Parts: sequence; structure tokens; C-alpha cells
Amino acid sequence: MTNKYRKVAYYPGCALEGSGHAYHRSTKALGKALGLDLVEVKNWNCCGAMEAKNIDPKLQTYLSSRVMSIAAGEMGFDTVMAPCNGCYHNLKKAEYDLAHDPASVEVVEKLARKGGHEPYRSGSLETIHALDWIKEAIGEDGIRSRVKKSLAGIRIANYYGCLYTRPRHIFPEKDKGPGSESTAKPHFMDDILRAAGAEIVEFPLKTACCGGAHTLSDSDTSTKLVLNILEAAEMCGADIIATECPTCHSGLEMHQVRAEKNFGRKTAVKMLYFTQLLGIALGLPPRRLGVQENVSDARALLEAKGLA
Amino acid sequence: MPIHEKSLIRPENLVTHDQLVLDGVDVSGHWSTFIQPRALTDYNERLQEEIAALDGGENIHRCWQCGSCTNACTVNAINPDFNPRYWIYLIRLGMEAELVRDKDIIWQCVSCHKCTYACPRDVVPEGVMKATAHWLALNGHTPKSPAAHFDEVFTSQIVATGRIEEGRVIRQFFDRTGQPLKQDWLLEMARRLLAKLPLTLMIKMGLAAVFRPRTRRWGKVRAALAQHLAEHERNARSAGTARAAAGAPMKGSEG
Ligand code: SF4
Ligand code: SF4
Repeated sequence: MTNKYRKVAYYPGCALEGSGHAYHRSTKALGKALGLDLVEVKNWNCCGAMEAKNIDPKLQTYLSSRVMSIAAGEMGFDTVMAPCNGCYHNLKKAEYDLAHDPASVEVVEKLARKGGHEPYRSGSLETIHALDWIKEAIGEDGIRSRVKKSLAGIRIANYYGCLYTRPRHIFPEKDKGPGSESTAKPHFMDDILRAAGAEIVEFPLKTACCGGAHTLSDSDTSTKLVLNILEAAEMCGADIIATECPTCHSGLEMHQVRAEKNFGRKTAVKMLYFTQLLGIALGLPPRRLGVQENVSDARALLEAKGLA
Repeated sequence: MPIHEKSLIRPENLVTHDQLVLDGVDVSGHWSTFIQPRALTDYNERLQEEIAALDGGENIHRCWQCGSCTNACTVNAINPDFNPRYWIYLIRLGMEAELVRDKDIIWQCVSCHKCTYACPRDVVPEGVMKATAHWLALNGHTPKSPAAHFDEVFTSQIVATGRIEEGRVIRQFFDRTGQPLKQDWLLEMARRLLAKLPLTLMIKMGLAAVFRPRTRRWGKVRAALAQHLAEHERNARSAGTARAAAGAPMKGSEG
């Protein structure tokens, strides 16, 4: 346990107020249980998700930078934590572009001036993911000492998706050797859940794509990609796929149903946010972690393992 | 020459002779299949320039055709015709008619960034895919793709209120693309959700659909974004259709 990240600005983003509500709930419940302060970014806006950049990449840069300017300027924080891969990625990308691309700086300054607020200046804020937050502020030893209900007996495949590690250049802190996160084979979620007692299965599709960007506009492609992930996890022996992104999570849930309905391919593996799994291990009641809100219903499995 | 990789050549470009004697040597049978020689004259020499002028296409000139992007590509794994390396090759050579043959699948790139991760030349192939899809639509080769409709619905909501309310995005998107909301799997999703959601959350979600979540102090930002995007679109239109603007004849699809 370190003193790092004990109080950070919290940027939930749009998905956590909608389909990813259970992630919002479980993240806040974890913060409370672990004594970590999360202060929600005031009056935040959408980061641009995966769509705004296809209209104009600099629109995404501006939208993300506005959130960062509030967290750093108005609120005076040096760290912002985003649990959604999309938000996390976009804030990181804005940081990178504003440090390296004068044309992006120009557009952001112009829009901020017209929008009536201070522009974000690169270097004033560190963006972290919920995985960095737990891993740094609590750490594996900290988790082990707090576990009340070990996850022993459940086999987990950890799924990180695309935007937590790609493209590599916007994550300068990764791939720095022991202790740092790996972009080829990420392991922070593995480390955290293993410390909570779970059996982690070897899962080759950790960073495969679920087709989240086209989940509705090209549904058959998304269903094929998701089915591949679900079936691979089952073949690896997993009972549960742990997730760390609301878009990945709801994509897996949605296309699990769609694969069953439209392709006649049924899979039994359940999805839980890593924050829900960690919360359960810390003895928090599943209801407070929003386990009942998940479409893929893991309650029977958790009960059978004595965890709910 | 026997052709081992026949699958890479379109059938109309292969000729097989039942009987063939070349320079007094009988080459009937296995030896008599040939690739039809052809001369290409319809190059669009500004194709690379036009695509490089659109967002994401900037680095296309750096490609050295190693194929790492296609090898890493998510969509290529489920559809071998989806081939970023090949399209970049065609664009760099100006082979517009060949590129246009694949017009209906290029938009399917899922932005997983695996290509960008793998590319040794910082081409950002993901960006090139978006620029190419954009170019195809700007030049009238394809209608707006479902993905482009989704991007527009989504972005216009951000510009309007600063935030996204998922239900509204889904309804507007289905409306624009003429799909029914009552699809089997969507109804099943709704059934499973409604069976379990606590009443308070359902009320909250219902309220969000009526009183849209919005960012405060957004008025000035909205005006600034609307103006910026209008300018941006004008620029893209003139850069991505340079030939059309210059009055040169447009080549249609030959495929
Ligand atoms: S970003 Fe697009 S082109 Fe690149 S690997 Fe993914 S699907 Fe293929
Ligand atoms: S990986 Fe990069 S250099 Fe290699 S073919 Fe693809 S775009 Fe070209």
C-alpha cells in the first residue's frame, strides 16, 4: 500500500450512468470500503467515446481536454481516474496529442476560448484506469490482508479489450519492465483477482476485440467476435470473464444473448466487473455491487461457491 | 507457369487452354493455365493525396507493405477479403477501380487498433481505413454506412447536450437506418434486464430519457463546436474530392 492515488478525481463517463451502472456502483462501493476518496469531476461532458473521432479526431481531443481542464484547473487535482476503457483511452490520447501536436493545441485553445473556459495544458494531470488505482493504492498485499471471502474455487478469464493497451504510444508508462503493465499481455486484473484468491486461467484472448465500435451498426461482426471470446474462455476452463470496461462488458452480455437467439450458439460463462469480484472478496454484499443489474446473471454461480 | 496461389487471382483473369503447344512443346493440362495479361491505364494519380488529406490518412505514404496490419487485423480473421495492406497498396498506386470493388466492406473496420500496434512504420492503418471509408462516401461510391450514421447520431447528441443518453442514441440510430426496434434478441435483452433491475434504477433510467442528462454551462461550447464542425466538414469535402472540384472527370466503379 502506498499513499499514491488515495484521493483522485473520478470521471465516470456516460456509459457508467447507463448500461454500465453496475460498474459505477461497484467502483464507488470499493472506494468507500477501502478508504479511497473519489471526487467526481464537476459538470463533466462525454469524452467523445468511439464515435466523435470519426467525425473529427480533434473534436475528441477537445471533449476529453475539457474534462481534464476541470479536474486539473477548477478542482486542483493531479490525477483523474476513469474506469471506462474508452474514457481512459481518450483522455490519454488527448494528453499525448496536446504534448506532441501543435495543430491539436491550436484547436483546443480556440474551442476552449469560445466555450468560455481555460484550455487544458498537457502535463498538468495524470490519467489512470481503475486497475491502476487499485493496484497502486492498495496493491496485492493490501488486498490479501483485507480478503474476507476468498474467491478460491472460481476460475476467471481476464478480458481487457482493445483500448486499455492500444495504440501503445499513448501509454508511455506501460511496458517499462517488472511492476509496470504490459501492452502485449496485460496482467493488472490478473494480479488483483489472484490476490483475492481466484484461480486465473491462461486466456489468450485478453486483448481481442469485441467489436464494440460497431455493436449496433454491424451486429453480425460483433456477435462473431464476442462468441469467439466467450467460447475461448469456456475452453480455457473459465466460469467467469472478469471485465474492466462498460462497453466490453455490455458487448459481451448483449452478443451472448444475440449469439444464442440469432446463431443458436449458447454459452454459459458469466461476466462480472472486476470491481464486483473484488468487492465480493472484501465481504461487500453483492447487492451493493450491483450484481443483480448484470444481464448475465452470476448469482446462482456465486451462491454455489458460497460467495453470495 | 503453374499458378499455385490461384485463389489470389480473380477467375476472369485466368485462362486455361485444353490443348496448347508453345514453341513446339506440348503444355496441355496442368501447364496450360495462365494469368491473363492486362495493361492498366486508368490510374488516379491523386488518389493517395486525396485520402491523405482526410483525417487518419496522413501517414499512408510511409507504408512499406510488410503486411503486419493485415496479419494482426480483427476483421481480416473473419473475412479474408478485408485486407488493409492490399488497400493501402492500391491507393498508393492509384488503382481506384480495384479499390472500389471492396467499397462495401472497408467501413467495417472496428477500430481495435491492432494494425496500428503492429505497424513498424507508424502508418496508423486504422486511420487510413476511416479516411478511405470517408473518401468512398464523399465521392459517391457508397451511401453513408450504418457506422457513419451511428457516429453522426452520437456526435450530434454530444454537441447538443454534452452527454450521451444511450436509449436515445439507439432509438435515433434505428430510426435513421430504418431498422425495427422489435428484434428478437433486443426484446430478449430487455426482458432479462427488466426482470431484475431494481425499480429505483428503472425510474432513474426512465427519467433520464425524459429529462436528458446534460452538461451545464454548455451553451457557448455547443455554439463553438457547431461552427468548428461545419468548417471541418467543408474542408474535408473539398480536400477529399479534389478532382471533382477541379472539374476532372470522375471514374465510376468498374467492379
Ligand atoms: S483497427 Fe480496423 S483495420 Fe486495424 S486491425 Fe482493427 S479492424 Fe483491422
Ligand atoms: S503494417 Fe504498416 S507498413 Fe506494414 S503493410 Fe501495414 S500499413 Fe504498411
